[in-house]
Amino acid sequence: MNFIDNPGKLHSFEKRGFEKNIKVEKVSRRSILKGLGITGGFVLAAPVMSRQALAYETGAGKMPHGVVVDPRVFVSVGPDGIVTIVGHRSEMGTGVRTSLPLIVAEEMEADWSRVKVQQAHGDEVKFGNQDTDGSRSTRHYLIPMRQIGASARTMLEQAAAKRWGVPATEVKAVNHEVVHSASGRKLGFGELAADAAKESVPSIEGLKLKDPKNFRYLGKGQVGIVDLHDITTGKAHYGADVRLPGMKYAVIARPPVTGGKLVSFDPDAALKVPGVEKVLKVQGWPWPSKFQPLGGVAVIARNTGAAIKGRDALKLVWDDGPNGKYDSVAYRKELEEASRKPGLVLRKEGDADAALKGADKVIVGEYYVPHLAHVSMETPVAVADVKGDKAEIWAPVQSPGGTREDVAKTLGIPEGNVTVNVTLLGGGFGRKSKCDFALEAALLSKELGAPVKVQWTREDDIHNGFLHTVSVERIEAGLDKSGKVVAWRHRSVAPSIASTFAAGTVHQAPFEIGMGLVDMPFEIANISCENPEAAAFTRIGWFRSVSNIPRAFAVQSMVGEIAQATGRDQKETLLALIGSPRIVKPEVKDLWNYGEPQESYPIDTARLRKAVELVAEKGEWGRKVPKGHGLGIAVHRSFVSYIATIVEVAVDDKGKLTVPRVDTAIDCGTYVNPERIASQIEGAAIMGLSLAKYGEITFKDGKVQQKNFDDFQVVRMDESPVVTNVYIVPPGPDTPPSGVGEPGVPPFAPALINAIFAATGKRIRSLPIGKQLEA
Amino acid sequence: MIKVKINGQEQSWDGDPDLPLLWFLRDEAGLTGTKYGCGQALCGACTVIVDKQAVRACITSVNDVAGREVTTIEGLHPTGDHPVQKAWRQVNVPQCGFCQAGQIMQAAALLMDNPKPSHDQIRESMSGNICRCGCYQRIENAVHLASTGV
Ligand code: FES
Ligand code: FES
Repeated sequence: MNFIDNPGKLHSFEKRGFEKNIKVEKVSRRSILKGLGITGGFVLAAPVMSRQALAYETGAGKMPHGVVVDPRVFVSVGPDGIVTIVGHRSEMGTGVRTSLPLIVAEEMEADWSRVKVQQAHGDEVKFGNQDTDGSRSTRHYLIPMRQIGASARTMLEQAAAKRWGVPATEVKAVNHEVVHSASGRKLGFGELAADAAKESVPSIEGLKLKDPKNFRYLGKGQVGIVDLHDITTGKAHYGADVRLPGMKYAVIARPPVTGGKLVSFDPDAALKVPGVEKVLKVQGWPWPSKFQPLGGVAVIARNTGAAIKGRDALKLVWDDGPNGKYDSVAYRKELEEASRKPGLVLRKEGDADAALKGADKVIVGEYYVPHLAHVSMETPVAVADVKGDKAEIWAPVQSPGGTREDVAKTLGIPEGNVTVNVTLLGGGFGRKSKCDFALEAALLSKELGAPVKVQWTREDDIHNGFLHTVSVERIEAGLDKSGKVVAWRHRSVAPSIASTFAAGTVHQAPFEIGMGLVDMPFEIANISCENPEAAAFTRIGWFRSVSNIPRAFAVQSMVGEIAQATGRDQKETLLALIGSPRIVKPEVKDLWNYGEPQESYPIDTARLRKAVELVAEKGEWGRKVPKGHGLGIAVHRSFVSYIATIVEVAVDDKGKLTVPRVDTAIDCGTYVNPERIASQIEGAAIMGLSLAKYGEITFKDGKVQQKNFDDFQVVRMDESPVVTNVYIVPPGPDTPPSGVGEPGVPPFAPALINAIFAATGKRIRSLPIGKQLEA
Repeated sequence: MIKVKINGQEQSWDGDPDLPLLWFLRDEAGLTGTKYGCGQALCGACTVIVDKQAVRACITSVNDVAGREVTTIEGLHPTGDHPVQKAWRQVNVPQCGFCQAGQIMQAAALLMDNPKPSHDQIRESMSGNICRCGCYQRIENAVHLASTGV
């Protein structure tokens, strides 16, 4: 059966979406565009799934274009028995290109060794939402992928039953064949393919999903990623590796200050560089420029090396524009001052002001996290081939659907004329949710009338990115005589991602304040969460785990400070603050819950406690460590998962820091591939250590002062944790799946900082650590 | 005209002799397994082996390798079964995979030089290769596995 090549009968799932327009909420990284009125406020959304079939609901249906549950879109079976399953999300290292097809294979009883994965191009009407961000692929697609697999299996079973003239209830698909046990007859999937394609697609309501106890693959972690062999042999195909006949290579000189403009340029010296063919102006968009290109001057050459050399030879004059005075030292002072005054109150319980005044002791922590750059190993890169009113793109994008929309809009052609081919991504971390680099390639290809690859250099990546915000988080905790925390005031001051879309934005968006500020889970009588104003002077974007980084750093460092002030154990202090097992329901307008319904994904302190207790047990909290070593602990709920980390640090007498051991417990609900969960958490520890130790982008005169891995350092192998142990909390039978890609990052830095205090008695409140331990 | 042997095949180049080997490999010779990560010998993504030594192709010109033998990830082993490659698969090292060609070439060169590296020697000689995804623990385990026999 070839479902994919059988588009004749449009299945009802897609059609149902047309009948039921659902207003987009500000739930997705793309829908922020819609939420801010840049495009229309309505999208098609398919209902996620029927209530009967499911124990829980997710926010999947509210994503742009919702979910498509149709085996003919996702599965085909060849006469040779090869099952092809479409992976419609972008692979950037999480393993999603393996995990989602594996779910389909599990349910359809396909043998994984006879499955091929085919990457979907960007087409959300066909495949449903494709935004690979927000740690939600498994969360949104576990059940839809199971339903797709179960439909395909049912169609194969029906075809076999007809062939044998027996009731469908008597046959059963088992490991790539359908068997009739009464007669001992068997037919392979390949032999049934043609007939199965003629079967009608069963209704979701009637589908029987497998009993999880019969799972062969899900939850087992024994399947390697589909790209493993290609990666180890150099055959894996990333955006950077696309080559087309007649393709030109381009690098672009962009304005050194965000919002700046080209005044003039002299191409002569560049044109003399061997291999350089042309120098072209690139259109830029005014600040705030959303995902549109910044503009500049492109050097077109026969290879990338020549293009880079040509660009170095360009003479350029820029007007730095409105952000030309941005200075991160001065701005930090502004943020700190703002944090010391009242701000917009977002959550208020009891009377924090009075309780702080009446407290026996008030502990104040002002925590700083600077701008960060993603520096995914593969810099932004894209190939475009624009011919007339048609465009084809090859790019490592996290949002192929969004890329398609934006390319169409930028070129002024219908969306249906744009094909977006999704390559592997050499890392994404949120940077590749923005398709500016693909738009640059499209504009240049249109102008040249030839295919073009736009390659960003590492310097471009660091100078012209969409940085993680910069923030001051100020927490005041009031303690009574017994040491109990009776008041909590948290002010968060940081420019918002929304500033990249709407001029004049000074407050953080619900999706940012919902990341560890207003959803703070501690059992405290008097709480005030505030957001003083902060403007943006550069492009701010999503960075793996987003605002959870500064929030977890502040909140969990404060827990350490409270333990320190009361002379109590960190873990006991943490558990006391979390308080009784309960569902936390903060009274907050537009409470953001990662786009998920509260009913399926409440803030559950029992699960938070469990993560702490598990990591404490397995990670041997309280164990004796050598002199100069210290243990620190932190827990954080993000992307509706619960993660606790213990870091052991060693600081020598010169202040040099090493990390002998990391232990992390993650409760991500029902899970698919524990082996990939472990790899995500191992990686998150290293990203957490990188940002804690080194991560800082600074500005002077509006320009980023760092340029490459020498001055924007990341952790290397010789300083990486010697061992990271990962423990997965076993899920209950109906626990919905939750995020994995991002939530490992936030608890790392505060656990490290608490460990450093235990080792040295020094309390670090400003990241990165840099030379602070050397003093 | 510069002549250079790449993965056993003679190649020639009559363009800019200063062209970094990285871009010659990727854009002119079509060997895209070798990656760009920094262009400044800071990340190791472009690591290839020249006459048994790991070198950074981004700061090595085509002229520098004239008359020499260059091995890229594509040429490390005909079926991709070099002990390092096998170990990488056994340990499930990669996440995004983009740094891995450079890591594998660096590890292969290390083992040519030192067939039984210690924990510290592995960590030190691999520390010029950045993995932003953070696969270091597994890289170390895989190098160790490759050195003890896969
Ligand atoms: S690209 Fe050569 S070392 Fe980074
Ligand atoms: S696997 Fe992604 S950079 Fe190493």
